[in-house]
Amino acid sequence: MTLGIAMISLLMLLGKQLQDKFAKNISGIDLVVGAKGSPLQLILSSVYQIDNPTGNVYLDDVAAIAQNPLVKEMIPLSMGDNYQGFRIVGTNKKYFEHFKAKIASGKMFKGNLEVVLGASTAQNANLKVGDTFASSHGLDSEGEKHAENNYKVVGVLEYNNSVVDNLILTSLNSVWNIHEHKDEHHEEEVADSTIKREITSAIIKFRSPMGMMTMPRNINQNSKLQAAVPAIEVNRLFELLGIGIEGLQFLAAVIMLISGISVFVSLYNSLKERKYEMALMLSMGASRTRLFLMLLLEGIILSLLGFIAGIALSRIGIYLISNALSKKFHFDVSQFSLQTGEIYLFVGALLVGILAAAIPSIGIYRINISKTLATE
Amino acid sequence: MLACSELSFSYDTKKTFNFPSFSCEKGETLLILGNSGTGKTTLLHLLALLLTPNGGSIKINNNELATLSAKEATKMRANHLGIIYQKPHFVSSLSVLDNLLLANYLADRKESKEQAQKLATNLGIVGLLDKKTSMLSGGEQQRVSIARALMNNPDVILADEPTSNLDDENCEKVIQLLENQSKNIGAALVIVTHDQRLKDNFKNIITL
Repeated sequence: MTLGIAMISLLMLLGKQLQDKFAKNISGIDLVVGAKGSPLQLILSSVYQIDNPTGNVYLDDVAAIAQNPLVKEMIPLSMGDNYQGFRIVGTNKKYFEHFKAKIASGKMFKGNLEVVLGASTAQNANLKVGDTFASSHGLDSEGEKHAENNYKVVGVLEYNNSVVDNLILTSLNSVWNIHEHKDEHHEEEVADSTIKREITSAIIKFRSPMGMMTMPRNINQNSKLQAAVPAIEVNRLFELLGIGIEGLQFLAAVIMLISGISVFVSLYNSLKERKYEMALMLSMGASRTRLFLMLLLEGIILSLLGFIAGIALSRIGIYLISNALSKKFHFDVSQFSLQTGEIYLFVGALLVGILAAAIPSIGIYRINISKTLATE
Repeated sequence: MLACSELSFSYDTKKTFNFPSFSCEKGETLLILGNSGTGKTTLLHLLALLLTPNGGSIKINNNELATLSAKEATKMRANHLGIIYQKPHFVSSLSVLDNLLLANYLADRKESKEQAQKLATNLGIVGLLDKKTSMLSGGEQQRVSIARALMNNPDVILADEPTSNLDDENCEKVIQLLENQSKNIGAALVIVTHDQRLKDNFKNIITL
């Protein structure tokens, strides 16, 4: 019983929180522009900061798109380095405004190589205002270090419950500077990377829904860039994930059903064993209805305890998963409140308990007191 | 107090039990002796209103009981009869004290801890009140059964083979306690048994 409820509840929580998380991070982002490749990859890398970027694009090209009167805002993003697995993202102030991120201590980055940390980053990487660190190239912490140039932490953001929490934010210039410096040592690369400024992708907001209708198509067909609509890609992702979650939920329902049957069997057996007890209580003046209700109550209490234990178990599970996830993806999943789905789950568990208890308990009405007392 | 006349009962059409008439006054003890298969337990269950006789009458305090409905019989049994069964059975999940109080509870009476305490003291089981019933010895369990039968101050105490599982020493003790306790509360005591050891202890004996 407990196991079935724990599993269903866990899946509900996980599904809801993932959806919440994904929905929160894309709210307000109409379009993401980046290099050609998988649109899902582009969204995952630029909005959620989990997948690898599709490649770099020229800032000029993106800026040209931003000139379109339908575009309200363009936020450039430049990635490529990390510190202990936390991504260093070059961007501008609009990115902060978009995620409504507020500075908790210190100030915004202004000068070269100044960074602002997300709340989780600061906590997990053990950095505070005034610290300096050397970034590593690439998106995993094993990358080659840019040892010559150290970033300086000038601010830490408030906890925002969005993707910003796990980032290190700096100006576009800082990212460019770090890589130009490196390029001096690799002369063959100098030729193409210093002429035009590159960014990884850009987040675009439209003035009106009209932009959504025309722009993505236009960009995809007529330029070297790729435009991806986050809402569409995330829906596609959830369609894929949804099958898995539904399958698991079905499995959990089966487990719950089986546990209902086992409650039934154990109550049935215990009634058999306690037949004498029941006959005794009947002979001592208890009415059959009273005993029936007593057994029913036993079933209800059992399923209630099962439910509570299941919910508790699922919370522990979500806590562990959240711990594992936040290390791997820097995703923080923390929400322990009771979900509406769990109220239905509660009603379901109670029904299973009552049914499983009621059916064998009807036997109370068939006990022959005299015979039971005489023979057993 | 308790008077029965011409009780008869049959489980099936082949064999019918016909019981002799007898009566038992307040504070008196009646021993009903009989070998297996003579209908001892049947008679006790008839007296305990667990079975309804085919004919005859059972009177307690001059109230006719043989014709009560099942519901009335249950109420009557809970309030006026104390029954001690052959094997001491209890509600295993409850302590000795709670098993005693259960008699009050199921008879819709106030749960009287004083009564339980008093009976336990008289029967020498006061130290066992907090234990689980499964941890007691046979003699102790039988004494708890007696205490339970007395919890509601019954008019008639019915005992079914109360001594058959006990050794001589415990047998003597239990019978003494039963007699004393029923005298104390002024109840009629009916013992149904095949235990020949008891024959010498009682004057009123009916053999089936």
